Amino acid sequence: MTIVSDMMNVSVTPHIRSKESTGRIMLLVIIALLPATGFGIYQFGYQAAILIAVSIATTVLTEFLYEKIMKMPVTVGDLSAIVTGLLLALNLPVSVPWWMAVIGGVFAILVVKMFFGGIGQNFMNPALGGRCFLVICFTARMTTFTLDGVTTATPLAMLKAGEDVNTWDMVIGKIPGTIGETSAIAIMVGAIFLILFDVIDMRIPFTYLLTFVIFIGLFGPNGWDPYYLTAQLAGGGLMLGAFFMATDYATSPITPLGKIIFGIILGLLTGIFRVFSSSAEGVSYAIVISNLLVPLIERFTIPKCFGKGGENR
Amino acid sequence: MGKIFERLYNGILKENPTFVLILGMCPTLAVTTSAINGLGMGLTTMVVLILSNMLISMLRKIIPDGVRIPAFIVVIASFVTVVELLLEGYLPSLYKSLGLYIPLIVVNCIILGRAEAYASKNNVILSLFDGLGMGLGFTIALTLIGSIRELLGTGAVFGYRVLPAAYEPLTIFILAPGAFFVLAFLIAIMNAINIKRGKPTGKGGNCDQLCAECSNRSCAGRNLLVTKEDK
Repeated sequence: MTIVSDMMNVSVTPHIRSKESTGRIMLLVIIALLPATGFGIYQFGYQAAILIAVSIATTVLTEFLYEKIMKMPVTVGDLSAIVTGLLLALNLPVSVPWWMAVIGGVFAILVVKMFFGGIGQNFMNPALGGRCFLVICFTARMTTFTLDGVTTATPLAMLKAGEDVNTWDMVIGKIPGTIGETSAIAIMVGAIFLILFDVIDMRIPFTYLLTFVIFIGLFGPNGWDPYYLTAQLAGGGLMLGAFFMATDYATSPITPLGKIIFGIILGLLTGIFRVFSSSAEGVSYAIVISNLLVPLIERFTIPKCFGKGGENR
Repeated sequence: MGKIFERLYNGILKENPTFVLILGMCPTLAVTTSAINGLGMGLTTMVVLILSNMLISMLRKIIPDGVRIPAFIVVIASFVTVVELLLEGYLPSLYKSLGLYIPLIVVNCIILGRAEAYASKNNVILSLFDGLGMGLGFTIALTLIGSIRELLGTGAVFGYRVLPAAYEPLTIFILAPGAFFVLAFLIAIMNAINIKRGKPTGKGGNCDQLCAECSNRSCAGRNLLVTKEDK
């Protein structure tokens, strides 16, 4: 039993106490997501609101029931299930039926989060895990996007086909897409809020976006054309993914250097998926794959303690 | 008779090759996209397992210890070739859907494992029933996995539509990830049953079996052998 007692040892006083709690951080994330959520409901109508409500109810209920059945302490109060449900709904097209939100929510919480030990133990972002599960199961429904009741191709798909898009529409969000990803401005407002309150670290999103822009500039079809680059940045789930899902605490590296490496890998993968794969979008798979690399990144970027031996030169 | 039933019980439940020993994962995960594929693979493996167990048991005093593994492989490979040609002749559709995985039965670790652990040490009759028990355990497991995957992935079982037409199939279950999901759930259920049923082998500290060879999942090292030197 020596291993356990070693881990539980607390060093001698003084200790620093922080008022930070999971619940407070999650509440700030929910507040930061409100502009994107509000814009989604404004643009896609009441069906978007229903999907969001169903998704949140499913994730919270799944976590509560699982913890009750397994006789674990109930952790619904830390609001993390609500964040998962909200993010999952923001990643769904508005045209999907409500039961798909239920399936995605149950998969996200039950399989991705609770089976691996609950909050802080999940190996990939639960909301994205749920989304990827739905994309593989219902590919047609998950890639059909409507705007004002008309089914149209997303700007990214049009870019992929070499057509022209209105970059300004993409920035403000008058484009088809999933509920929460359309408006780059609404997402940026939330992201600035999170950065001001010190909830997310800027290293991941900024290295992510920078690597992505450089990759598209080097390997994309239009070179360094600023309109094309802006359209690629504002299109699809890149903004939502970079600021709200790649920065998830449990599934991103904790070391400063690790965060930068993580962001670079994300940017490279997203660029590869968008430029060289058959599909127009690749943010969710890029984040999910990078999540799996996090333990490896952390192992190689542990900072050296001061005074605990130097480099052998 | 008691020993024969013990072998069958051992193969199907106590040491089920798929759910308890976790052996032969390659065919388990790869071919169970439908119930009929799972059943076909399980039965094919069972036939090879019974025949190889019997022949190896017959030859156990002739095969020199130093070259026993190559000898086992030759025996198994011969039977696999026989079964493969029979399948190709009489069940061409199953032969086509199982494809590469039939010749791969040669390297199935259940068959080699039973030859090494049981058939080379026991008489022919017991080896036969050991092969039958293990083969049935494998067949039941594969058919179960195949049925669940087919049911969720297409809404049908053995090709007959079971779920109403309104059911939208969860395509992921007939793809590779679905195999892992279903296998994990079934192993979890099996473990839950075994832990409830299994009793500790002793009052603690007096089990003389090696944990690596022990099938008592509920023990988890609690009954570890404590020798006098340790005390």
